[in-house]
Amino acid sequence: MAKKSWFLPAILGIMAIAFPPFLGGYFQHVLILVMMWIAMATGWNLLGGYCGQASLGSAAFFGLGAYGAGLLYLHWGISPWWGMIAGPLLAIIAAIPIGLITFRLRGGYFTLSMLAVCEAMRIVFLNWVEMSEGPVGIVIARTWGYQKLPYYYMVLAIAALSLYVVYRLMKSKLGYYFVSIREDQDAAEGLGVPSTKYKMYALIPSAGIIGLAGAFYMNYMAYIEPAVVFPLIISAQMILTVMLGGPGTFWGPALGATIFILLSEVLRAFAGPVIGTVHYLLFALILVLVIMFLPNGIIGDWDKVKGAFRRKKPVYVGGE
Amino acid sequence: MAYLDISHVVRKFGGLVAVNDITVGLEQGEIFGLIGPNGSGKTTLFNAINNYYPANSGEIIFKGIPITRMSTHEICQLGIGRTFQVVKPLRRMTVLENVMAGAFLRTNSATKARDKALEILNFCELMPRKDVPAKDLPIADKKRMEIARSLAGDPELILLDETAAGLNLVEIEAAMTIVRKIRDSGITCFVVEHVMKFIMGISDRMMCINFGSEIARGTPREIASHPEVIKAYLGEEYAKGK
Repeated sequence: MAKKSWFLPAILGIMAIAFPPFLGGYFQHVLILVMMWIAMATGWNLLGGYCGQASLGSAAFFGLGAYGAGLLYLHWGISPWWGMIAGPLLAIIAAIPIGLITFRLRGGYFTLSMLAVCEAMRIVFLNWVEMSEGPVGIVIARTWGYQKLPYYYMVLAIAALSLYVVYRLMKSKLGYYFVSIREDQDAAEGLGVPSTKYKMYALIPSAGIIGLAGAFYMNYMAYIEPAVVFPLIISAQMILTVMLGGPGTFWGPALGATIFILLSEVLRAFAGPVIGTVHYLLFALILVLVIMFLPNGIIGDWDKVKGAFRRKKPVYVGGE
Repeated sequence: MAYLDISHVVRKFGGLVAVNDITVGLEQGEIFGLIGPNGSGKTTLFNAINNYYPANSGEIIFKGIPITRMSTHEICQLGIGRTFQVVKPLRRMTVLENVMAGAFLRTNSATKARDKALEILNFCELMPRKDVPAKDLPIADKKRMEIARSLAGDPELILLDETAAGLNLVEIEAAMTIVRKIRDSGITCFVVEHVMKFIMGISDRMMCINFGSEIARGTPREIASHPEVIKAYLGEEYAKGK
C-alpha cells in the first residue's frame, strides 16, 4: 500500500479520537455502533473477503463472544469485563471444530453450512435454559451507567486492533496464502498450500475479532438474549457492509460499516416514524445496485466510482 | 528404482478407463515427453501423480517415497511442481504475487519470498510483467508465469502440462529455451505436449499413449517413426515428411 493512502485514514483516526467528547450522547452511541461494526466487518472480511470463504453464520461468533462475557457473570459473578478475554476465547475454541467440519465444503455449500451452525447455536442458547437463561437473557449493570465516552474509546481500540491484526496478517505469508485459496483453491494446493489448514488460520482470528465485538456488546448494551446476538440479520449485515465497501480490500469493510450504520441511523431517526423498518428494503435496493455496478465494492471499484463523476471525454474514431 | 517410478497406475471415471496400467520410470535430470491424442489420458496421469484425482490402483514412488496416498500439497512440498493445461492463474494477484505465493513453500519470510520470486522472474524473463494482474496477461505469459510460480517452490521434478499449446512459433522457441534452462539447473522435467516441434525438440526420451495405454516408447526419432504412433496420432503425412 502506498504511503499516501495512509494520509486520509490518519486524519480520520485523529478525528475519531478528538471529536467524540464534544458530541451528544446519541451521536456517541451511533459512533460506538460504527466502530463495533468496523471491527466485525473487518473480521468477516479476513475469512470472507481475503480467504474467499463467505460465511453466512458469523453471528455465531458474535453471540458466543457476548455469551462468553454474560455467562461468566451469570454463573460465577465474575465481572463481564473479563469476558473481553473469555468471549473471544470461547468464539475461537468453538471455531476450531466448526471449521474442521464446514471447510469440507466449498463455495455456496460452505456459506450455507455456516448459516446452519449459527442457527444451531441460537437454538441451543434459546433452549438450554440452565446454561443460558434461555429467552429471558442476561442482564448486567453497566459499569459507567449512561456515560458513553468510555465505551466509545474502548470500541475504538477494538476497531483499531482488528484493523491492525488484519493488516499484519495480510502482509505475511498467511495473507498470500489466503488470497491464493480465494483465487483458485486447486492451484493453491498445487503450489503446496494446505488449504484447510490455512482456512483455519483465517477463521480463528476472524472469529476472535467478531467474538471480541460480541463481548463488548454485552458490556455496552448490558442485555443479551439469543434472538439479539445470534440472528441471521447480524451475519447478513456483516456481508452487506463488506460487499458495500469492498470485499478483499483493507479499508472497504470499515467504509462499508460506516456508511451502513450512519445511513440506517439517519433513516431510523428521521424517516422511521414514517416508513418504520422499511429501511431494510432500501438497503436491499442499495445492495442490488452495488452488486450490479460495483461488484468489487466502493473501494474495489474505486476507478469506476471516480469515472462516474468525471466528465466523459468525447471519443474520436481513429484518433484525433 | 527410477527417480519417479510409476507402476501399473489405473484411473477410471465411471466406466471409462482414462489411464490403463501405465508403467514408466523417469531418470533424474532428463526431459521426458508424453504424447497422445486428445483424451488419451495424459493430463489424468499428471493428476494421478500429484493426487488431484487419486489413482484407483497402482503405485507412484518419488525418490523412494510412495506418494500415491499423499495429499496434493504434501506431494508439492516433497518437490514435485506442476503447471496446468488450462491455466490457473491467481487472477487478481500480480505476477510477482503469484510467484511469491509459490516461493512461500520454502520460506516464511515475505522478504525472502520476494527476493526468490524476483530471481525466478528474471530467470523466466518475466521481469517487465511483474506488476501486471495475472488475469490481464496474454496466454503465453500466463503459461510462463505458471512455470515461474512452480519453480519458485524449488521443485526437483516439474510436470509441465501443455506449455506450448496456443503459442505462436516465436513463443514456442522461447518456451523451449526455458524448459532447457530448467533442466540445466538440475530439475527433472515431465512434459505433456501436443505441439510436435516443441516436444520432439526438447525430449530426451518419450512415450506415446492412446486410450490410456502405452503404445510406444523411445527417443523422439523412434517415436516419430513408430507405426503405432503414426496410426494413432501423427498421421502418415507427418511421418513421411520426417
